[in-house]
Amino acid sequence: MTDVLAMMNSALASGAVRVVDLTHTLTEDFPTIVLPPEFGPSAPVRIEQISRYDAAGPSWYWNNLSFGEHTGTHFDAPAHWFTGRDCPRGTVDTMPVEHMIAPACVIDCAAESTTDDDFLLTRATLNAWEAAHGTIPAGSWVLMRTDWSQRKGAAFANLRADGAHTPGPDAEAIRWLVHERGILGFGTETIGTDAGQGGHFDPPYPAHHYLHGAGRYGLQCLTNLHELPPKGALVMAAPLKVHEGSGSPLRVLALVTGEEERT
Amino acid sequence: MTQERPRKNPLHRTRQPLLPPGGRSRKAHLLTAAAAEGRFALPRCGACGTYSWPMVEACPDCLSADITAAEAPSGAVLLSQTSAEVPADPYFRERAPWRVGLVQMDCGPVALVHLHPEPQAGERLRLTLMLDRAGQGVLHAGPENGGDMSTDKQWQEMTADPRGRRVLITDARHVAALPLARKLAAEGAAGIFMGLPESWKPLENRAAFEAVQGLRFVPLDLASDRSVEDLARAIGGKVEILINTADHPRPGGLMAPAAVTHTRACMETVAFGLMRLARSFGPALAGRGADGGEGAPGAVAWVNVLSVFARATSPEMAGYAAAHTAALSLSHSLRAQLGGGGVRLMTVLTGPTEDDWFQLAPQPKVTGKALADAVVGGLMKGLEEVVVGDVARDLMARLAENPKAVERDLAAGRL
Repeated sequence: MTDVLAMMNSALASGAVRVVDLTHTLTEDFPTIVLPPEFGPSAPVRIEQISRYDAAGPSWYWNNLSFGEHTGTHFDAPAHWFTGRDCPRGTVDTMPVEHMIAPACVIDCAAESTTDDDFLLTRATLNAWEAAHGTIPAGSWVLMRTDWSQRKGAAFANLRADGAHTPGPDAEAIRWLVHERGILGFGTETIGTDAGQGGHFDPPYPAHHYLHGAGRYGLQCLTNLHELPPKGALVMAAPLKVHEGSGSPLRVLALVTGEEERT
Repeated sequence: MTQERPRKNPLHRTRQPLLPPGGRSRKAHLLTAAAAEGRFALPRCGACGTYSWPMVEACPDCLSADITAAEAPSGAVLLSQTSAEVPADPYFRERAPWRVGLVQMDCGPVALVHLHPEPQAGERLRLTLMLDRAGQGVLHAGPENGGDMSTDKQWQEMTADPRGRRVLITDARHVAALPLARKLAAEGAAGIFMGLPESWKPLENRAAFEAVQGLRFVPLDLASDRSVEDLARAIGGKVEILINTADHPRPGGLMAPAAVTHTRACMETVAFGLMRLARSFGPALAGRGADGGEGAPGAVAWVNVLSVFARATSPEMAGYAAAHTAALSLSHSLRAQLGGGGVRLMTVLTGPTEDDWFQLAPQPKVTGKALADAVVGGLMKGLEEVVVGDVARDLMARLAENPKAVERDLAAGRL
């Protein structure tokens, strides 16, 4: 039997398989989800120096690190949403490790999102994608590419008087992906898996509602999705093993076939 | 707004802060307390009512030891004046000539006072009890009709006039931030740095801020080490007055579901934020207390705008009150450390402000403009303690009289 791992090893060494980092650097000023202030807020990311080869520690450099589970590039577990509260192994410490490596389908919505901050991914777009690339396989990530990760600060959060305006899936599209295609999870480049105005959809926050209700996952604040092919990338998304954690910041990597291999 | 602030000669050594002689008796600090609040008080005998100056341990008339600092009439007549051209004390030597006068107070005592440049012997005066750069209560005499204090270098030495100075306001999202900027610009501040936390969130009245001459936004989030340190690296040496308006009001009692979360966030900004500011901006301010020259005065004041709940806890604002109490405590430590550089720390305790967070608080609430006027007024009088709004003043008076009654009132939801 062929040694798959040995093949993978040599493919990585030769560049036949490339590693793409889909993660933003975890910084203090990266926007986080904004809720009405009567709700408990997420702690922001804080990196506080303990010592840096100075009087507080002459030979060593280290920091205290603190953050909410849903900050930076992060993972949503089923238990994050009320619909997923009864899912077995629904927290990041108990979820199956096999789910941490899975293929990805990338739906390119960059052009539409450039002209429409509230662009919604619909069944029509998904049908067109399947017509071009085949059926979305069960157990795969669906990643919505919007190039939103190119934005910074206020433009990224895009908050207005009536809330955030960022692209996302409409309710029917995400319900269909979860229940008709059996996807593993849904990933976005924006702060949430839902559109910025998703709280006004039916059901409210449909991506959270359907994904987590069915024991599936979310990934948000991804970057570099433009480096992935529509189909064929392998995503490695392993959240921190936080006790009963609802999610966590994480390093998301994708393995893609090198340019020369693809052509 | 004044004309462009003259630039420093980089070849000259920055003048190091010196302080006027600071020794005072424990009893004399009764006058320090009055001066810190801007009250005119003199030592008075409780037995016979005789006023005296300076502070005495026993009444010069009846020898009673019942001496307090009591409100007194502030009128006086100038008996004689002189100018100290070559004082022996290093602080006064640097600032010579220093004009002093011998005055006959309407209420009796004769005193040697710091004297405004205008009054001549025989003229009526108005006395002010104020804090000198060492934080001690001293008497200043100016013209009876008020006079032009901007020409009085001695008055300017003891106050914190924003004219010609650059001011950092730490949080644009505070209700008083915009009125403060406008007031400071009107009083001739040389520039206003307006701290903006989480700049990725909209600032509703940004255009109004941008219309204030000399104002520029700077990124500043007191809850972040990096943010505070970066700003201090950039402008730490260009701030002569720092006004800390950062706040995080979240109503809720101790048993509210997210009480700890909200309180932690409040502590991060109000208490730890003050520590971060002190660590990063404190040394630069304290080191520049005697910096500057004609038209470019040096560092002079640090203002902490805090809630009166720092002194009396409202159970419905439990975490908020705790954070402000912590900040008030830190404020006292900071005062001691800045004092060595002659930089004054002014604590402004405000009653509930006119904004959404204090929607349920009873009127009269403090408007942003009233708070701004109190801050700038306090700076121009060189105060250390300012209480703003009828609610806060009433609360402080009741606290002085009967703290337990205040505790019971607040427990019952009565402010």
